[in-house]
Amino acid sequence: MYVAVKGGEAAIANAHKLLAARRRGDRQVPALTLEQIAGQLALAVDRVMGEGSLYDPELAALAVKQARGDLIEAVFLLRAYRTTLPRFGHSEPVDTGKMVVERRISAVYKDLPGGQLLGPTFDYTHRLLDPDLAGDQPCEPPAAETDSGEPITRVSDILSSEGLIEDDPVSDPSAPVADITRNPTEYPMGRDGRLQTLARGDEGFLLALAYSTQRGYARSHPFVGEIRIGEVDVEVMMPELGFAVTIGRIKLTECQMVNQFKGSSKAPPQFTRGYGLVFGQAERKAMAMSLCDRALRATELGEDIVAPAQDEEFVLSHCDNVQATGFVEHLKLPHYVDFQAELDLVRRMRAEHAAREDADGFQTGDTREAAE
Amino acid sequence: MTALADMTDTGKLATYNFAYLDEQTKRMIRRAILKGIAIPGYQVPFASREMPMPYGWGTGGVQVTAAIIGPDDVLKVIDQGADDTTNAVSIRAFFAKTAGVETTTATAEASIIQTRHRIPEMPLTEGQVLVYQVPIPEPLRFLEPRETETRKMHALEEYGLMHVKLYEDIARNGHIATTYAYPVKVEGRYVMDPSPTPKFDNPKMHRSEALQLFGAGREKRIYAIPPHTEVVSLDFEDHPFEVQHFDQPCALCGGEQVYLDEVVLDDRGGRMFVCSDTDHCENRCAAGHRGELAGDDLFDGKDKGVETEAST
Repeated sequence: MYVAVKGGEAAIANAHKLLAARRRGDRQVPALTLEQIAGQLALAVDRVMGEGSLYDPELAALAVKQARGDLIEAVFLLRAYRTTLPRFGHSEPVDTGKMVVERRISAVYKDLPGGQLLGPTFDYTHRLLDPDLAGDQPCEPPAAETDSGEPITRVSDILSSEGLIEDDPVSDPSAPVADITRNPTEYPMGRDGRLQTLARGDEGFLLALAYSTQRGYARSHPFVGEIRIGEVDVEVMMPELGFAVTIGRIKLTECQMVNQFKGSSKAPPQFTRGYGLVFGQAERKAMAMSLCDRALRATELGEDIVAPAQDEEFVLSHCDNVQATGFVEHLKLPHYVDFQAELDLVRRMRAEHAAREDADGFQTGDTREAAE
Repeated sequence: MTALADMTDTGKLATYNFAYLDEQTKRMIRRAILKGIAIPGYQVPFASREMPMPYGWGTGGVQVTAAIIGPDDVLKVIDQGADDTTNAVSIRAFFAKTAGVETTTATAEASIIQTRHRIPEMPLTEGQVLVYQVPIPEPLRFLEPRETETRKMHALEEYGLMHVKLYEDIARNGHIATTYAYPVKVEGRYVMDPSPTPKFDNPKMHRSEALQLFGAGREKRIYAIPPHTEVVSLDFEDHPFEVQHFDQPCALCGGEQVYLDEVVLDDRGGRMFVCSDTDHCENRCAAGHRGELAGDDLFDGKDKGVETEAST
């Protein structure tokens, strides 16, 4: 008896009803609020904002809730909303030198102008599960200190004053800014497009590639010049006014990686830069991004391309987790038409194989080419 | 945060334009389509958008459809030839919701047909548009993974690698071992991937009266075959292109010369073969054709329309 594979519409509706019920979980337990998610799962929300390329903690919290905590699904929800928003223009470059820092560390200088500021970090915590956190124990208020007003000089500026590190690439301010959401990908990609792609790239994928460079696949001898996390002003040039006005503040994580460079026929030996900049507090991602950025500068610096992390097309066309998850998961869709074609071929080839075996009889050692 | 306010105020996520995409985006996509029509078989890069369905689930086709659809269009969506597969249902519902257009399962009534993996059995006619969902638009991709290289190969019309691949198939197996996504040459110039349709469907592309548009969202490419364009499947003089043949007709409608799906009936090797194109099969059954397993109770008292059956 033939049971038709029908009822798709009703099945989908039922599946989505079940999903909604599972998302809500036990009705005896109060539902999560967006404030709770944005406030207490802030790093998840930051990751969703970064890879979703939309700075909006409340919408990101909604996406996390709607996605039942599946962060890649949440990123996808945010992207699909972001893409419908009109693009008014672009901001002036944010000045991370003027960042109101909450955390700032350097691994290359013991002390430096502005000092080392640990901020809210997991570093140096012992990873022991804390049973107290299962409840709602009161927590001590953090120590506070007033801002000394001392400028927090960027480590890269300290190095570049001596000429020890390459200059920041000079960009033409009149040149249009790349926008990977409005222009199709073309290789080789400019550094602006590359950094945009990496900034929204999957943290896990970039982390693994960054790790591979440390293990000898395109080793770049990196040092953390500086990591800083804090808030910066976003300024937009108003043509009617003729000057830039501040439209808001966003939290960013910036990582400047300092890498060895032996020098080439074109450039003297000096340190080179790898750069990472991500929305919110996302230190691991910013570090991985800066290592990948440096590895991808191989062509520009005249280095041999020997490892995956240096391969622009490989890295940039596979780092987007929304694209990757969609294509991997599309294998769930029916493929029975193509599979039927393959079934037919395999059956035919097996029949031909069997016929050959029969015809060959005892001459099984004979290895004639099929095309002969 | 305005969007969130909108959402809680009105109970829906802001407002969306007709057919989801904004008009600027549609214009950009239409420019890419026009370029594709002007250079048949050439892959035009376009700034593909994130869509509310996952990449790999038809985002390219959906963007092409969204860019060309108007309020008067009648849309049909098929997946594996069928109107009632889950993803086809989902995409049809998407356009019914965002564009409010009329949808149909009847091939002849549709002005736009979005498809995944099949071309309808009934020949398409002038004025119809067939929109293909394409996963990997580059026919040379599995021979050369680099986009920079493959674009060069297309520019130089350097397709030797593809012929070597097909030759190696023959050398190893005695015949070409590509059964779907079988490469074609369009208007004597570009080698093109017909999307993963079975090669059975390749001849239907040749000089079709309908406009054929191909959208690859994740790979950000659009290409096109204008009506009456020459589409030739690659082959050799001594190994001409052949389509699949089935040993038996459709078990429901008795149709021959159609593509069949194999349905496993039991765990003792029982199989039946039925039309992959559900609309074609239902039309034939309605016209009184019967296959060997078409118990009449299967159709008695049921409407021909798929929607009715789906909701039962």
